[in-house]
Amino acid sequence: MGSNEQTVLQFVPSPTSVSARVHPLVIFNICDCYVRRPDQAERVIGTLLGSVLPDGTVDIRNSYAVPHNESSDQVALDIDYHHNMLSSHQKVNPKEVIVGWFSTGTVTGGSALIHEFYSREVSNPIHLTVDTEFRSGNAAIKAFISVSLSLGDLQLAAQFQEIPLDLRMVEAEQIGFDVLKPTNVDKLPSDLEGMEASMERLLALIDDVYKYVDDVVEGRVAPDNKIGRFISNTVTSLPKLSPHAFDKLMNDSLQDQLLLLYLSSITRTQLSLAEKLNTAAQIL
Amino acid sequence: MANTATRSFLQVAATEEATTPLRVVQIEGLVILKIIKHCKEFSPALVTGQLLGLDVGSVLEVTNCFPFPIREEDEEIEAEGANYQLEMMRCLREVNVDNNTVGWYQSTLFGSFQTVELIETFMNYQENIRRCVCIIYDPSRSNQGVLALKALKLSDSFMELYRSNNFTGEKLREKNLSWVDIFEEIPIKVSNSALVSAFMTELEADTPVTQCDYDRLQLSTSPFLERNVEFLIECMDDLSMEQQKFQFYYRNLSRQQAQQQAWLQKRRAENMARKNAGEEPLPEEDPSNPIFKPIPEPSRLDSFLITNQIANYCNQINGVAGQSFSRLYLMKALHEN
Repeated sequence: MGSNEQTVLQFVPSPTSVSARVHPLVIFNICDCYVRRPDQAERVIGTLLGSVLPDGTVDIRNSYAVPHNESSDQVALDIDYHHNMLSSHQKVNPKEVIVGWFSTGTVTGGSALIHEFYSREVSNPIHLTVDTEFRSGNAAIKAFISVSLSLGDLQLAAQFQEIPLDLRMVEAEQIGFDVLKPTNVDKLPSDLEGMEASMERLLALIDDVYKYVDDVVEGRVAPDNKIGRFISNTVTSLPKLSPHAFDKLMNDSLQDQLLLLYLSSITRTQLSLAEKLNTAAQIL
Repeated sequence: MANTATRSFLQVAATEEATTPLRVVQIEGLVILKIIKHCKEFSPALVTGQLLGLDVGSVLEVTNCFPFPIREEDEEIEAEGANYQLEMMRCLREVNVDNNTVGWYQSTLFGSFQTVELIETFMNYQENIRRCVCIIYDPSRSNQGVLALKALKLSDSFMELYRSNNFTGEKLREKNLSWVDIFEEIPIKVSNSALVSAFMTELEADTPVTQCDYDRLQLSTSPFLERNVEFLIECMDDLSMEQQKFQFYYRNLSRQQAQQQAWLQKRRAENMARKNAGEEPLPEEDPSNPIFKPIPEPSRLDSFLITNQIANYCNQINGVAGQSFSRLYLMKALHEN
C-alpha cells in the first residue's frame, strides 16, 4: 500500500534548457535548404549548432541540413554526412556544439525517432520546427524539448513540450529589413541614404508624439499615464545645457569634423600631385 | 536539324560569354548573414571564406558561402585546409547547394584591405575561375548602421601587368594605368527567396525604430575617426618611404648617366687620338664596365597600393564626417525645439 502511494504518474521535466533563442541566420538557412530540397522530399531536417548560455538558455546560432529518407514508419538519416559536416563546422568554430535539430513543417511521427538519435548526441536536444508551408496561416517557428512520462521508475512515453522561443532579430535589424525583406534589392543603401531614412523615421516619430500630445491636451484622446511618463522621460533625457555651452560644444565638434575634412582633401590633392610628378619625372 | 540547332546554341553561348563583362554581383540575404556572422565572431581577427554560386551572363549570383578555419603558418595544416574545403563543397553539393566557386570573402578593419596578399589571392583564384569576385566586409563600420559590404575585382589591364610583373613607370604610362584602376568595384544587388521574404515580413518587429536607426544616430564617431586618421598617418609614412626609394633611384640613375657620358667622352677622345695615329678605334661600349650595368627600377606596385589605401581612408573620413554633420545639425534642431 505504502509503495503504491509513491508510484505517481508524472512528467519528468528536464531541469535545464528552459528557453531557446534563434538567430535570423538559422531561419534563412532553413528556408534555403527547404527551397533546395530534393524532388520527392516533403521536408528537410538538419542539425542545430550553438551553445548553452550560463542562464540555461539555448543559443541557436548555426545550422546545416542533413539528407534523409522517410517512409511511413522509418527514417533513415545520413549519419556519416552529419558527422562530417559537424567536424567541418567545428574546425571553424569549436565553440559551437550540437544543441538540437530542426525540421520544416510540424511535428510528425518520425520526429520521435530522429529526436532519439539526437538525444544520443547531446543531452536534452531542442527540436525546432519551421512551418515553411504556412499551414497555420502564419510563419510558425516553434521549439520543443522532449519530456518523458513515467510511472514511478518506469518510462512510459515521451512527448514534445513547447518551450519559449526568442527570435533574436537584432542582427537582422542591424543590417536593415529593407535589405533582407524584399526579394530583390537593386543597390545597397549608402551611408548618407541610410542616414536620411533614419532621420525621416525619427521625424515621423516626433510628429506622432506631437500629434498625440495635442490630441490629449484638446481632449480628443483619453490620456494614458504610461505614455505620458515615457514622453516626459524622453524629453528629460536631453541634457540640460545653457545655449552658450551647447553652441560651444556644437561648434567645437563641427570644427573638428571640418578639420578632418580639410586634412583628407589636402591629402587627396597631394596624391594627385604626386602622381603627376611621378610620371613626369621619367622624362630625363 | 537538331544537331545544328544545338551547335548554334552553343556557339551563341560561347560568343556571349566572351563579350559580357561582369556588371552586377547578386548576393542572397543568407550569404550576407553568414559573412557577417563569421566576420563578427572573430573580429578583430581577419577571416576569409569561400563564395559559391552561379555565373549567369553579366550577373554573378552568390547563393551560398562557407567559412575557412583560421589559417596557421604550417604546411600540414595547409593541406588539411584544402581537405576541409573539398569536404565542405562535397557536403554542400549533397544538399543541392550550388557547387561552383565564384570567389571569396574576407573581413577587414577600417577598410585596410589593399595589400599585395589580396592581389596574390586574386591571381590564384583567377587562374581557376574565369570570373571571380572578392567581397569585403568591415565589421568596425557596421556599428554605425552601415552595411559595409563591397564587391571588388582586379581590373583586366592591371592583371595583365601583374602577370608580366612589370611595374616600371614607362609601362604604366604606356597602359595609362593609375592607382585608381587597380580595383574595380562592382555594384551589389541583394536577392531573397520568396519564402525568406515571407518569413521576414512575418517576423519583422512592430517597433518603428530598429537597431540600425539607433546605430546611425549615435553621436560619438571620434573613436572611428581617430583610428582612421592613425592609419592614414601610418600610410603617409609608408608612402614617403616609397617616395624616398624612388628619389634614391633617380639620383643613382642620373649619376650613372653622368658617369656614362664622361666615360664616352674620354673614349671618343682616345679614339680620335688613335685614329690620328692610324690605329683601330676601340669600341664605344664596354659591357664589363660596372657603370653600364642598368640599375633596376623599383616596382611601383607598393606605392600604388598605399596610394589606394590612403584614398580609401580619405573617403571614409569624408563619409563619416558628412554623416556627423547631419547628426550635429539634427541635434541642434532638436535642442532648439
